[in-house]
Amino acid sequence: MRSLRFLLEKEFRQIFRNPAILRMIFIMPVIQLIILPQVADYEIRNVKMDVIDHDHSMYSREMIRKITSSGCFELAGYHDSYTAALHDVEHDRTDLILEIPAGFERTLVRENEAPLFIAVNAINGMRANLGAAYLNSIIRDYNQEVRAEWIRFPRFDEQPRIEVQQRNWYNLHLNYKLFMVPGILVILLTMVGAFLAALNIVKEKEIGTIEQINVTPIRKHHFILGKLIPFWIMGLLVLSLGLLVARLIYGIVPVGNIGLIYLFAAIFLLAVLGLGLLISTISHTQQQAMLIAFFLMMIFILMGGLYTSIESMPRWAQVVTWFNPVTYFIDVVRMVVLKGSGLKDIAGHLGIIFIFAVVLNAWAVFSYRKRT
Amino acid sequence: MKAITAENIRKSYKNGKETVEALRSVSFSVDRGELFGCIGPDGAGKTTLFRILVTLLLADEGRATVDGFEVVKEYPEIRRRVGYMPGRFSLYQDLSVQENLEFYATIFRTSVKENYHLIKDIYVQLEPFASRPAGKLSGGMKQKLALCCALIHKPTVLFLDEPTTGVDAVSRKEFWEMLKRLKQQGISILVSTPYMDEASLCDRIAMMHDGQFLKTDSPQNITRNFQQPLFAVKSGDMFELLHRLKKMEGIQNAYPFGEYHHAVMKSGMDTEAYLREHLAESPDLEILPVRADIEDCFIHEMQKH
Repeated sequence: MRSLRFLLEKEFRQIFRNPAILRMIFIMPVIQLIILPQVADYEIRNVKMDVIDHDHSMYSREMIRKITSSGCFELAGYHDSYTAALHDVEHDRTDLILEIPAGFERTLVRENEAPLFIAVNAINGMRANLGAAYLNSIIRDYNQEVRAEWIRFPRFDEQPRIEVQQRNWYNLHLNYKLFMVPGILVILLTMVGAFLAALNIVKEKEIGTIEQINVTPIRKHHFILGKLIPFWIMGLLVLSLGLLVARLIYGIVPVGNIGLIYLFAAIFLLAVLGLGLLISTISHTQQQAMLIAFFLMMIFILMGGLYTSIESMPRWAQVVTWFNPVTYFIDVVRMVVLKGSGLKDIAGHLGIIFIFAVVLNAWAVFSYRKRT
Repeated sequence: MKAITAENIRKSYKNGKETVEALRSVSFSVDRGELFGCIGPDGAGKTTLFRILVTLLLADEGRATVDGFEVVKEYPEIRRRVGYMPGRFSLYQDLSVQENLEFYATIFRTSVKENYHLIKDIYVQLEPFASRPAGKLSGGMKQKLALCCALIHKPTVLFLDEPTTGVDAVSRKEFWEMLKRLKQQGISILVSTPYMDEASLCDRIAMMHDGQFLKTDSPQNITRNFQQPLFAVKSGDMFELLHRLKKMEGIQNAYPFGEYHHAVMKSGMDTEAYLREHLAESPDLEILPVRADIEDCFIHEMQKH
């Protein structure tokens, strides 16, 4: 035990002496938490739109006014011909073209229906999709208004209509920050736990200090513990810092018990530290470890349900996400922070992450033995 | 009891498809309080041998003991007793001189104070830089610190893998003087070096080449046993001279040696006159009979194998 204490002393001394690590641990999370939730936003605003109005009628003008005043669209150009508008699309000056045919108003009044044409720039799929959907719904709205104007005193509604009322549970205003901040926190924790620890161990290998340590009475498990414990503590510190930032900047106060988050984080960190150890045993240089870390990080983020919903992934990808520890933590943090889930609700996740911790650490120790 | 014994140590590495034999049946022993040098060019297998003896690497075959303990089965005992200084500077560069020393003292359950007498001579030179990070020391200072760290737990056997490589001539000399003093304190030392001139400073040396010990003896005996006559030859056109020497019947071997070429004569052809006769055309000819030093012996042994 005494040698473990000396190792920890040395480790902390090195960590606190390394400004890069300190920055990485304390400043980066704060900055990421401040910036990323603001930009990782699915709401589409400022969709640029070109309008070709061949009709120049009251109705067409009223419709354009309604669209632009919705706040989602920005009138990028006003053209006479489709070719001119398409030119804008080609130069990426606009996302959408709305073409109003000549005689729009007349056809609408006489025949009770009138065609409109929407062309979408689908280079950015999500923007195009949502933009077109917004536009459709605004036009539908407008359609209702026009109809209401015509049938001023209806004895009864001629056309039956279903009106949908919607309520967002747990996140009343569909605030994306409430949803993103806990997720980003999890990613930060993963980085500290898995990758800083891996880099630290590989550094000892690369510089050769591990050779010198190996020819001392220090036991291997002491050496490994001496590496893992500091980063375990560091991870919990980052979590605390992150929760504090979430509270101060975004006013996010977990609805559930904060202790549950810590409990889960403690075990989650064990799992990712095991992963870090595993990475360190298979890489010889910090560069190799870094590349593996990048690769895994991409998968963890994109297949962890942080940005995209796992339920809408293809079946095989959903199966892959089962093996992503980050998935479970993101889920748990969201459950506890937004919904106030209790221990019983997260018990399943807790069990799974515990298995992760056991398997990853056992694997890492086995692989460490084999290679040294 | 010997400080180190090794019997038929073999080790090979797989490098892709081909197998490289780093050590082919190496046997030797080092007595207590002996300064034993392992002399050989880069790639001779010195570091592999060291790593096997300090329990960092398992030999494919053979047995070895250090301080009476078997390297495979009793490795924890060995790790407690030996001091190892790897060829590459392997201390924590971001810890200061003093912190490194204290760290290595504490993990051996001792303190700097307790064994200060062992490192005193070396450490006084480092003291002015005690708070400087180890990574910012000069090459010679780094080696001195590494030696201090390897000594701080009062090892019985000291392994120094190329301690003077990349160190300036003055520091090298100092370093060897330190080793002599350590030897007087009863510490057995195994040291490796690619520099032949350092060999004469050891009690005994092993000439190592291509994973084998060519010869093991005291440096004096080795040079004394070099029987063939040797001449140092110099002329205005050294390149042409070497060419000529190599073609001569009576010369066994010729090679550049500093500003001269050394010519090893075959027995019976051992006269300066023979050389003069055949090299008459060379300008500014200079021929001196010389005594063989370790390097000559080394080249000679390599030729035999």
